[in-house]
Amino acid sequence: MLRTLSCGALVALAFPAVAQERPHALVGARVLPISAPPIEDGVVLVRGGRIEAVGGRAGFALPSDAVVIDCAGKVIMPGLVDTHSHVGGGWGADDSAPIQPGVRMLDAVNCRDAGLQRAQAGGITTINVMSGSGHLMSGQTIYLKNRDGNTIEELAYRFPDGSIMGGMKMANGTNSHDKAPFPGTRGKSAALVREQFVAAQEYRRKLQAAGDDAEKRPARDLSMEGLLEVLDKKRVVHHHTHRHDDIVTVLRLSQEFDFRVVLHHVSEAWRVADEIAAAKVPCSLIVIDTPGGKLEAMDFDARSAAELEKRGAPELVAFHTDDWITDSRLFLRSAALAVRAGLSRETALAGLTINPARMLDLGDRVGSLEPGKDADVIVLSGDPLSVYTRVEETWVGGVKVFDLDDERDRRWADGGWGAGQPRTGNLCCLGGDEEPR
Amino acid sequence: MSTTKIATRLTLFASLLAASALTLSAQDMAVRAKLVHTAEGAPIVDGVVIVRGGKIVAVGPAASVAIPAGLKTLTAEVVTPGLVDAHTVIGLAGHLNQPQDQDQHDPAAPIQPELRAIDAYNARERLVEWVRGFGVTTIHTGHAPLALMSGQTLVAKTRGETVDEAVIVPRAMIAAALGADSRAEGEGKSPGTAGKQLAMLREALVGADAYRKKLADAGADATKRPDRDLRKETLVDVLDGKVPLLVTAQRHQDITSALRLQQEFGFRLVLDGAAEAYTLLDQLRAAKVPVILHPPMARFSGELENASRATPAQLRAAGIPFAIQSGYESYVPKTRVVLYEAAIAAAHELGADAALRSITIDAARILGLEARIGSLAVGKDGDLALYDGDPFEYTSHCVGTVIEGVVVFDGRR
Repeated sequence: MLRTLSCGALVALAFPAVAQERPHALVGARVLPISAPPIEDGVVLVRGGRIEAVGGRAGFALPSDAVVIDCAGKVIMPGLVDTHSHVGGGWGADDSAPIQPGVRMLDAVNCRDAGLQRAQAGGITTINVMSGSGHLMSGQTIYLKNRDGNTIEELAYRFPDGSIMGGMKMANGTNSHDKAPFPGTRGKSAALVREQFVAAQEYRRKLQAAGDDAEKRPARDLSMEGLLEVLDKKRVVHHHTHRHDDIVTVLRLSQEFDFRVVLHHVSEAWRVADEIAAAKVPCSLIVIDTPGGKLEAMDFDARSAAELEKRGAPELVAFHTDDWITDSRLFLRSAALAVRAGLSRETALAGLTINPARMLDLGDRVGSLEPGKDADVIVLSGDPLSVYTRVEETWVGGVKVFDLDDERDRRWADGGWGAGQPRTGNLCCLGGDEEPR
Repeated sequence: MSTTKIATRLTLFASLLAASALTLSAQDMAVRAKLVHTAEGAPIVDGVVIVRGGKIVAVGPAASVAIPAGLKTLTAEVVTPGLVDAHTVIGLAGHLNQPQDQDQHDPAAPIQPELRAIDAYNARERLVEWVRGFGVTTIHTGHAPLALMSGQTLVAKTRGETVDEAVIVPRAMIAAALGADSRAEGEGKSPGTAGKQLAMLREALVGADAYRKKLADAGADATKRPDRDLRKETLVDVLDGKVPLLVTAQRHQDITSALRLQQEFGFRLVLDGAAEAYTLLDQLRAAKVPVILHPPMARFSGELENASRATPAQLRAAGIPFAIQSGYESYVPKTRVVLYEAAIAAAHELGADAALRSITIDAARILGLEARIGSLAVGKDGDLALYDGDPFEYTSHCVGTVIEGVVVFDGRR
């Protein structure tokens, strides 16, 4: 079956798995560029995997060779950016130690996991896949472009030096408490973390002292190398933290060791919103249906985002799924529930797109509809904050990876028989009529 | 302290007393809304509901139902019947998720139908207060689907400081569960397989049948009667149809096992969870078995890997009676909110009207309480939920909850 290429089934033709040569124009939708006010009857022009232009239909200079796609009645916005997810079935650190900065999610994520398709069905085009919170430091996270790929390398964003892009997962509070060598108290948790960062500082001092003299250099230590990337600000710390005092502890440690940090979950951000806003530390917020379920989430309140916004810090607000805590297919819902709790619509939408993109150092590539950015676009049936709205199409780098009208794709969106199975890969053939993708 | 200050404080105290007295006793009231969903028929535009003595005495458009002068009147954009959560575990399961507030499962034995929910329900649990703030007025709660037969359930209003003030059906159903979650952990422990689960259930019901026979044979002769056995007594009531067996089964094969068991013993079966029910629509309809469906936002993993958000719409199309539940959660969130769950069903082809019925009158019917709750009709309990917009919209709020003429939630959630 050929994949169709239309908001309104206007055009049906074979769709290549690589960005198209001819420009494509999505025309007639209400366009939410995020970086600019909404455009009624707008045009999003896409070429070579990037956004070429965005504007109103009137006076828009459509290239003569453009494939025009009618999107009247739809809403178009940037692909969503999920700063905290566990899709891909990967585990990072194991039970041997509480701090394992040498462990990489790169080596753990299954890029064929059905969770990635479900995220596409939810309009998520960029994902920070993390290891768990049962450790003080559970490893290097990985930033994925949620395209259809055959290997994890094909999905991974890259640092400017070509290495795989990601942050460092840390946690405090009760999740990382356990029998020794794991910490049993909050004081011990912080002491163990400080000890390792001090060790990394010593490692760096030895490296610097050795200079180009290979013989004087300390033996390579993968854990120390991971920590150095944090101290050198290459790698952002993504820090699980719920309770007000744990949040403030993260701020204290980040100041002592001068690392960049994004606070994650931050259930009690509403209690220390002044402190967070003053420190200008970004927050990636979880929105759950009910407080509790564990001690550190018992005072969760969905108004945390609104409290940060009230303090003049809307840019610090982002959301995440924490999939499987919440469902990637319903990521829009998290922002909508924050609006229910007092957040503005503008910040809610920025908190799904440009704000989280910046928290992943990807703000120049994704998160808004601007010329030159990646053509990561979602087509919605209506208002992004309405329960009745469906994600109808998800485009990544100018390629449509999800279409609600496609029977198989719909299974990732709604569920049904076989929805839990990973998608078929490119290696032919075990029978059946599944097309390679 | 000056006498004036003391006097002021006494007055304040008196008014506080008055206020708390108000919250405890039913008050006659009118509720008026731009849209009144009765769950009985088409919604009423600019509708009025009048409650006296805790019961609904009038429902209709404002043009024909006059609000008597001086009657306390609540207003809202939208009013619905108080929501009915067809299956939860809150009140037994608490929000802290610590051993001291988790009374939904005792792991000592796989079959313990004698465990009563009324001996475990905490009416003051924060999760009960939480769902009340979304308009939920009635919950069917009890022992969790974590054992082959984990215990009893009850039906309560989400009010009161004691179980006695809350409960309206002390023993509603007996909770049984098939599938992975009710298998025993540890080598040599049973049940370890699906076949063993059914063998153990059949054995328990056969044993109860024998006990019933001995009781009948003894008749009025107390000397011949077998010793009282609480477990068997409960199962005899299942066999006699006095209390339904609520069987949680997600997988296709477990659902068919539940139907087979019901056919063998003839008890009243209510199917719970039923993630793969869409593969057995004809069989479920033929068996006339009602379904309390898993929450549409339940995690689609493990036994729910084939779950579908289209199932509510499919059950409806097939004419199978069903309700949507908030279900059992082991972690975060510790409970789901049934209003939110029905909203997802509404957005996945079920439609808002049917979704609302699935958490009001259809749920009441499965609980056997349709004469008392679940819709806005004269003679029924004055249980209402007030909203500032479409109740299912993410950005709407519940702005009031009324149980039998008592305002039990007055805020904006």
